[in-house]
Amino acid sequence: MSGFLILSRILALGFIRDKTSVFFTILFPLMFLVLFGALFSSDGTSKAEVVQIGDVMALDDLPAPARAELTESLTLTKRDGALQGPLAKLREGDYDAVISEKGNQLVVYYSQADSVRSAAVRGVLESVVDNANLTAAGAAPLYELTARQVEDESIQPIQYQTPGLLGWAISMSAVFGAALTLVEWRRRKILRRLRLAPVSLSAVIGARVGVSIAISLVQGVIFVGVAMLPLFGLQLSGQWWLAVPLIVCGTLAFLAIGMLAGSFAKTAEGASGISNLIVLPMAFLSGAFFPMDAAPAWLRTVAEIFPLKHLVESTRDVLVRGADFAAVMPDMALLLAFAIIAAGIAVSLFRWDDV
Amino acid sequence: MTETIVVDDIAKSYGQCKAVDGVSLSVTEGEFFGILGPNGAGKTTTLEILEGLRRPDQGNVELFGHSPWPRNPRLLTRIGVQLQTSAFFERLTAREQIRAFASLYGVKAAKADAMLETVGLTDKANTRTEQLSGGQTQRLSIACTLVHDPELVFLDEPTAALDPQARRNLWDLLGGINASGRTVVLTTHYMDEAETLCDRVAIMDAGKILRIGAPAALVRELDRTVRVTLAHGTLSEADAAELPGAQGVTDDDVCLTITTSEPTTLLTALVERRALTDLGVKGATLEDVFLELTGREYRA
Repeated sequence: MSGFLILSRILALGFIRDKTSVFFTILFPLMFLVLFGALFSSDGTSKAEVVQIGDVMALDDLPAPARAELTESLTLTKRDGALQGPLAKLREGDYDAVISEKGNQLVVYYSQADSVRSAAVRGVLESVVDNANLTAAGAAPLYELTARQVEDESIQPIQYQTPGLLGWAISMSAVFGAALTLVEWRRRKILRRLRLAPVSLSAVIGARVGVSIAISLVQGVIFVGVAMLPLFGLQLSGQWWLAVPLIVCGTLAFLAIGMLAGSFAKTAEGASGISNLIVLPMAFLSGAFFPMDAAPAWLRTVAEIFPLKHLVESTRDVLVRGADFAAVMPDMALLLAFAIIAAGIAVSLFRWDDV
Repeated sequence: MTETIVVDDIAKSYGQCKAVDGVSLSVTEGEFFGILGPNGAGKTTTLEILEGLRRPDQGNVELFGHSPWPRNPRLLTRIGVQLQTSAFFERLTAREQIRAFASLYGVKAAKADAMLETVGLTDKANTRTEQLSGGQTQRLSIACTLVHDPELVFLDEPTAALDPQARRNLWDLLGGINASGRTVVLTTHYMDEAETLCDRVAIMDAGKILRIGAPAALVRELDRTVRVTLAHGTLSEADAAELPGAQGVTDDDVCLTITTSEPTTLLTALVERRALTDLGVKGATLEDVFLELTGREYRA
């Protein structure tokens, strides 16, 4: 057996027997998948709470279909009595809007605390009033608005979440794996022992790379497999298998980051600290957990330097958006370039020994 | 005789600290050679230079006529190194551990299992190395060092931090490893260990070699007085001082101690007087040589 195969086997055994690392590599990200799946299981936002004080003609007289449409975006509760109580609750944020009728005026009280939601409520109510006016005037509406979602009807938050969380899981295990192996093997004098044995440095690094790629692919299979369960309902698009080379390229980039972290750190604690310092901000900025569309432009620019950003975007493209090889090739090239540069620096910083 | 190791005036500094300062020595084939010295004497650095782990600032090292620096793959298979800390892979059992090292040298698993038997760890074969005792860990470590049958073996303080039983047990093992004509270099700060195991020792302090020789020869060179002890009350202090050859007498109410540089004369006189209750005779040991050479001041 060559040194590469022997060391690969040693690393693989060490990984499988370490329950903590198996947990953090496989189960921990899956827990997030379940959690995020539950959080975003509806369309992502809960309905607005609107309280109606006494009779409001425009609402009470709504025909059943229009009423159904209305209650799709807000829950309407009818109350009798004074305005003061509900208004106080509105200020405290318990309600999103309070409606009362004064003669022909429909008064909407809202709080600026959640400006997006109050604007939405106002919009909905304005359209109700407009419709009521039209009906009262006996005029048929001239234009009609039909809304259609651009994605496939089946698109679900899971389509967004799976590639993101998978990318995060892969980056975590590869960065930590490389950093901890390097530091622990150096601290425990295993590297020194290997230096005294007829084993090449490339066999040592190659074994870590090989095992990490295997772990990443296993993570990918388990992750996508679980997400495709009816409970979650992930649906893969045409060239989903392009995710395999993407995962390999991404893993190489993260291993290089881990090796860099391992070159600087002297202890396992230090290595985990540095790895966390890199992986967590990278995961947030790369849109692994939630979209970065609302983030300021400069922050999105910063995110471009992270390999995770490119891995998440491109796996999302191939897994659920039906992208082809040409579309993700630039990302793949970027990941590889990142890996080569970072690994080059890491190898130049490589030390067999502490001293 | 073939010189397995030739070291010529090597030195190594770490910043201001001269860890090794002009060391020369040679070790012949089949010899059990000890490097003896207090902590920080430069033993480990010297050994690391010999092993090819460090490059000396000056001087030359040859193992089997080749320089170990830079890393020389052809030498690596001929030497076995046991490091001060037992370098084991994480979460492997004793058997997996030694088989892994064996396969790195292209040695078959059966040979590895046999080596495990030699060091008496067959019943611990399926135990994770983290769960082995200190003595078992060291034995496994030595087994991993010897598994590829090296001609030259380096052992760095193999019995440090072991209890007395485990040390004696390991000595039996170590005493046998150069029986097959292997050359062994061992560092230790235990005098009794060096006296028991080594053919020759180099006493080292502050980066320099102070003396090289066979342990017995070094002790003889010291020309120390012999201490004869008897049970308290066997003789009075005054009578003892009158004995031929007696140089100094002390009595601490437990033992009467007589020092002499003519032990034969003194002992004959004691036999004549039948004053032999609890007789003890203690000559100088390597420890005395060591303390004489390196001083008694405490060092960390």
